[in-house]
Amino acid sequence: MTGRQRLPGQRPLARTLVLAAGWTVVALGGTFALDPFRNYQLALVAAYLCATAGLTVLVGATGQLSLGHAALMAVGGYGFALTTNALPFGGLAAFVLALLAGALAAAVVGLLLGLAAARLSGPYLAGLTLAVVVALPAVASTWSTVLHGDQGVQIPFEGVPDALRRVVALEQWQAMVAVVVTAAVVTGLTLLRGGRFGLKMLAVRDDEVAARLSGIPAGRVKVLAFTASSVAAGVGGAVLCFVAQAVSPGAYTVGFSLLLVVAVVIGGLGSILGAALGSVVVVLLPWLIGRLTASLPADAAQRLDGNLAVLVFGLLLITVMAVAPHGLHGAIDAARRRRRPTPDVPPPAAEPAPRKVLVPTEEQR
Amino acid sequence: MSQRSRSVALIATTALLAGGLAACSTPEPSPGVTEDTVTVGTHTPLTGPAAAGYSSISAATKAYFEYVNDNGGINGRSIEYVVKDDGYNPATTSTVVRELVQEDEVFAVINGLGTPTHSAVVDYLNENEVPDLFVASGSPKWDQPGTFPWTFAYNANYIVEAKALATYAKETWPDKTFCVLGQDDDFGTDFTTGLLQVLGPDGLASTQTYSVSTQDVVAQVGAMQAAGCEVNFLATVNGFTALALGTAAKMKYPAQWVSSSSGGDYPTLVGYLGEDVAPLLLQGFVSSNYLPFSPDDEWVSLFQEINDEYNDGAPFSGNTVFGMSVGYLFAQALAKAGDDPTRKSLLDALEVGALTGNGIVPLSFSKDSHAAFEGVGITVVDKGVQDYVDGQIYTTDAGSGAVEPYTGTSVPLEGDGIPTA
Repeated sequence: MTGRQRLPGQRPLARTLVLAAGWTVVALGGTFALDPFRNYQLALVAAYLCATAGLTVLVGATGQLSLGHAALMAVGGYGFALTTNALPFGGLAAFVLALLAGALAAAVVGLLLGLAAARLSGPYLAGLTLAVVVALPAVASTWSTVLHGDQGVQIPFEGVPDALRRVVALEQWQAMVAVVVTAAVVTGLTLLRGGRFGLKMLAVRDDEVAARLSGIPAGRVKVLAFTASSVAAGVGGAVLCFVAQAVSPGAYTVGFSLLLVVAVVIGGLGSILGAALGSVVVVLLPWLIGRLTASLPADAAQRLDGNLAVLVFGLLLITVMAVAPHGLHGAIDAARRRRRPTPDVPPPAAEPAPRKVLVPTEEQR
Repeated sequence: MSQRSRSVALIATTALLAGGLAACSTPEPSPGVTEDTVTVGTHTPLTGPAAAGYSSISAATKAYFEYVNDNGGINGRSIEYVVKDDGYNPATTSTVVRELVQEDEVFAVINGLGTPTHSAVVDYLNENEVPDLFVASGSPKWDQPGTFPWTFAYNANYIVEAKALATYAKETWPDKTFCVLGQDDDFGTDFTTGLLQVLGPDGLASTQTYSVSTQDVVAQVGAMQAAGCEVNFLATVNGFTALALGTAAKMKYPAQWVSSSSGGDYPTLVGYLGEDVAPLLLQGFVSSNYLPFSPDDEWVSLFQEINDEYNDGAPFSGNTVFGMSVGYLFAQALAKAGDDPTRKSLLDALEVGALTGNGIVPLSFSKDSHAAFEGVGITVVDKGVQDYVDGQIYTTDAGSGAVEPYTGTSVPLEGDGIPTA
């Protein structure tokens, strides 16, 4: 249809944008069908999806493992909150400015981390990024005049705009904003991965030496990928701050950071649909478990509260890895292929699972 | 071509379906009340760093409600209490309070615990016009009827408390050097503001802060020792009061400790420090309180009975009295909210000033004040018993008002502690 030459596996730009706009409209319409609490959960899923989508592109396409995406979300959240509080006006303009500030803050931190990350790999990179999350509470309390320590930064409450007040409830409005922002982030990541840069990332992941010989600046690709992924996480943190009207170090613990990785792995490494499924699991599972334990005697419920979810996530991770090594998305794909043994269109080349996530390569040893 | 048209068709169908389902998602009025029950909820730390100091509060409130329910309830309705764990993490508080309001459909949220945690939901509760009663935090933030018409405080405000404690300290130890160790949030800041009101801008030789996520105060206590501090005020939670005293003892640094009521509960501190050394470390420990706490008080003996029968005889502490007193106050508000209570009638019952509570000073709820206690009494630990110092009750405001001695009586026990309309 178009005369322009496309890269292998690349979708036309227009098609991607139409699909993105279509699904966004569906999600926005869906918010009308949900009750307020479901909408709140949808907003959380959307916020987490920003971070997990960024993470899955990073891990899946470049093979760099980050355990520190919670910290990058926090950076975005703090950027958003501090900018909101500093601006003399409110409304849409303030929201957009604050969101950009959050993304910019995450980009700067991500760039610095990425510069270090490009020189490291495997467990060393994981260790570095993990240290950033561990340091977060200390950072917040060291600069407590600005970051307000463990209490975190609160932003003034902003309700539904007057024009929409009669039509939508607060949670629905928040969910709609979260959906729109997340759609933009996910579309951006899809375009990035599907384009020229995506091929470079894959080349660097599969064989860095070969990529360099082909004239791909491997270091720069890695740093840029890390930065892009950080921006996505930062926007996620900003959305979370918009929904909760607060950002605090307690929300971005080591446990939460690992949970983001678990979400990506359960969903299927490298797949954005997988990241979305993973985010849904991360939001719904603790809530479901809370519902289940609520019917138990108070004593037992109190002991299980907060602990059972961790156990279930562990079991789920092991089960998914044993049954469907490519995650939920991989399992869905496999099931679809089984149902249609001779498809009329060749299935999109499934991305091979990254082989070098935790083990350093020969030359790096 | 075929695949694209299928995608577009799928999107269009889903969009139409979603549009068709477009129901208004506005919550129904006055939920949580049925013919024979009233459901209320709270958020409180049951896990995490703050749990050890406070998890006994909600259990005590629950025990008190069971006592009321076994005796016919309030206006024929029994009170159901839904307790949600937020691990003292504001992000979790946001989620669990939405669960309380939207899933459990509570009538009111009572005794939500913590300044940082409750700050995360106060806007949400007021936006949804959910009664947000008796917040378990002394931040002045909860007493803003104009901004937060549905929020009512419970604890004596940190500024009020600090002004009373500073007045007592200044009279008792006029020539000593005063210092403060405070939590690095509103709790510490507000408490220090109150101290400076009474002691003057140069009244504190050293102001130290700590962060809850760092379980170590050696640097802070060392700095206080180096500054020659003799009377140390504490705006600390129970765990950190114990940590500060223990650290000072290890450093062989003797000092007079004067703590906010939030971190000055003797039985809880004994739990941290251990039965053997606590009476020695805490000898002469000064704190404040506004609830009945003398061992021979009639409220205390009633609460002890309830604790034995409905709380499996859990260790009886200031938290137990606190939890049950909150329960009593809510029961009283509910009793006065009419035979068919609504969220509005509950609010009116609070604002006409008909509630007495069970404190040592009268409650000050009215249309213009959502502060519960505007005064505190001074307590001292002597030979392992924490009790009020006779005649040392002060009332004051959260501003620059004078600190006045209070000579009135405390609220007497009526009708077995079950309020009636």
